[in-house]
Amino acid sequence: MPTLTTSPAPGDLSPAATAGTAERDGRRRGFRRERLVQALFLAPAALFLLLFFGYPVVKNVVMSLQEYTTRTFFTGEAPWVGMANYATAAGSSLFAPAMLNTAMFTLGSIAGQFVIGLALASFFKRRFPLSGFLRSMLLLPWLLPLIVSSATWRSILDQDSGILNAFLRNLGLIQEPVPWLTSPSVALLAVVLVNIWVGIPFNVTLLYGGLQEIPEELYEAGAVDGATGWKAFWHITWPNLRPVVSVVLVLGVVYTLKVLDIILGLTNGGPANATQTLAVRSYQESFVNFQFGVGAAFSNILILISLVFAVVYLRMNRRAVDE
Amino acid sequence: MKKSSLTCLMAMAAIAPLALTACGGGGSQAAASEKVDSLTVLDYYNNEPDKTHIQGALDKCAAQLGVTLKRETVPGKDLIQKVLQRSSSRTLPDVLMLDNPDVQEIAATGGLAPLDDFGVDTSGFAQGMLDAATYEGKVYGLAPTANTLGLFYNKEMLAAAGIQPPKTWDELKAAASKLTTGDRYGLAFSAIATYEGSWQFLPFMWTNGGEETDLKSPKVAEALGFVDGLVASGSASKSVVNWSQADVRDQFAAGKAAMMINGPWQIPSLAKTPNVKWEAVQVPVNAQGQTPVAPLGGEVWTVPQTGNKAKQAKSAELVACISSDENQLALAKERFTVPTKTALAGEYVKAVPEMAAFTEQVANAQSRTGKLGKEWPKTATVMYTAIQLALTDQASPQEAFTKAEAK
Repeated sequence: MPTLTTSPAPGDLSPAATAGTAERDGRRRGFRRERLVQALFLAPAALFLLLFFGYPVVKNVVMSLQEYTTRTFFTGEAPWVGMANYATAAGSSLFAPAMLNTAMFTLGSIAGQFVIGLALASFFKRRFPLSGFLRSMLLLPWLLPLIVSSATWRSILDQDSGILNAFLRNLGLIQEPVPWLTSPSVALLAVVLVNIWVGIPFNVTLLYGGLQEIPEELYEAGAVDGATGWKAFWHITWPNLRPVVSVVLVLGVVYTLKVLDIILGLTNGGPANATQTLAVRSYQESFVNFQFGVGAAFSNILILISLVFAVVYLRMNRRAVDE
Repeated sequence: MKKSSLTCLMAMAAIAPLALTACGGGGSQAAASEKVDSLTVLDYYNNEPDKTHIQGALDKCAAQLGVTLKRETVPGKDLIQKVLQRSSSRTLPDVLMLDNPDVQEIAATGGLAPLDDFGVDTSGFAQGMLDAATYEGKVYGLAPTANTLGLFYNKEMLAAAGIQPPKTWDELKAAASKLTTGDRYGLAFSAIATYEGSWQFLPFMWTNGGEETDLKSPKVAEALGFVDGLVASGSASKSVVNWSQADVRDQFAAGKAAMMINGPWQIPSLAKTPNVKWEAVQVPVNAQGQTPVAPLGGEVWTVPQTGNKAKQAKSAELVACISSDENQLALAKERFTVPTKTALAGEYVKAVPEMAAFTEQVANAQSRTGKLGKEWPKTATVMYTAIQLALTDQASPQEAFTKAEAK
């Protein structure tokens, strides 16, 4: 949110304070007008937030406390059930596995995306022929609709005729085909791998931007003192990149927690519930079982977890501004 | 971005929805006595060639009734969401198509009108289809045609191996095993973690006497054991747990499976690979003498409660017209589906002989929601979970349903 600082500089005020009442009234009127203008400037943003963030959040919370089914859409009747939907959500035997899967999916995705993203960003920091072109090609996974990329990955990861298994077998790395999406013990890993692929552009873009901000003189000075290569990275790049890194990680967590389409496209939560996450549970309760109340409860739990990270992000941001 | 331009952008974004809502809304209800000259229609036949075939039937009926139609088609998986949105905004179409297992769910909301309110004759239709469209003793919709599942086989592959099309589970098992060579599997089917997986298991379960109301019975476990055995022995790919029915068809069309469990709606796509010569038989039975019982698929046309009685009456006429004998036969021939009026079966098979097995199968087919009604989604979820647990060796076929139900 942009903070609007339109109050006049304090220096302007001091001589006027001793002037006559008429003048003071005029000033007050002017001040009030200014207030009005401020409010008018704020109104669209406030309205936008209220309509597109406030309303859905409130509606979702209310829905999670009601017995909200297909019938509700026609009759408008949604009996109040208190915390029963949360009890159903937390009491289901899929709740603990879904929590664990969500955590592993998020951690795995973030770790992979960040490490590969940072490596690529550092690599593209040097200018070489076609570097600009290659860097823009990296954005491709981001530009593809997720449903398209997940359908493509599904055929790549196919156990019998997928190209990945054929490739690995030709390299002699595996003897038996890997059951990427068909074994409960491998499926989550496969889904994480695809999500890493999807998330790399986001990480590269932000980290590359951060790297550009580091003054070249630091490296020149460091090189004089013998800090090159890894040493330069640890003592110059990393400390200077820290603020960007924290932003990338926190936003990454929030974005990854709610990933749904990739999982639906690849496994639909299967095989044997091995890739059930909170987001998938929320979707399936709402749109497969038509238990919109329970689905809302799942999504509120998810929002709560995201909120924790969002608060961490805001505090970090504020500290950065204070500094 | 500069502050001022950002503020400007937000202002525009905030105002946009207001302008949109101002444009929406309105739309007055016509009086009951008013002459009806147009009806709105919503269905999920959004792909060719079905879209055109259905349009043909609708146009014929519209001309007969002297109305014009405004038709909207949406993708299959978006239909229910669309219906729910429309019912909360009181903008349901005059004529609504629903997949048959969803009819009771929507009828239970009070959003549909029973057809006998308008004096529509529902006699002569296959019982399974009427069961699907019946909620609390009243019929809410009619389906012109139905589909079901059968066993497709590659004629050349079976002939080369000297195998007759299997009729029993033992024969199916032996044939699948013998037909599995190199990178070709004997049989392909779908056991995916969606309702498709449950639907494909039903012919085995029902034929063996299992019931969806008692999933922990030994008969159901036996059926699951048979399917599990096909995968465990390598006669079917382990990938079946991630194959939709369209994937199954692709495997069959690519010659990577010698037989498949699938439905007649795949026939138009199979025509694109004319080198794959196929025929279809009913799904094999466990023991000789059992009747193959498969699930009934197909779409039902209904009349939503729009509050406009005159239009509803006209819509009911349209629903009846789409399911007239003439239209049933026309649609069945064009779309490779089976007429739902049992009396038409003989005439139909004479015209489309490759549909003989499916027509016979439809006569004995059951609807998924006949016994369970609104409970079907929950049970279907337990079913596909149990199938996946067994096929991925997380549970034995005997304990799979108990484990899946614990959810």
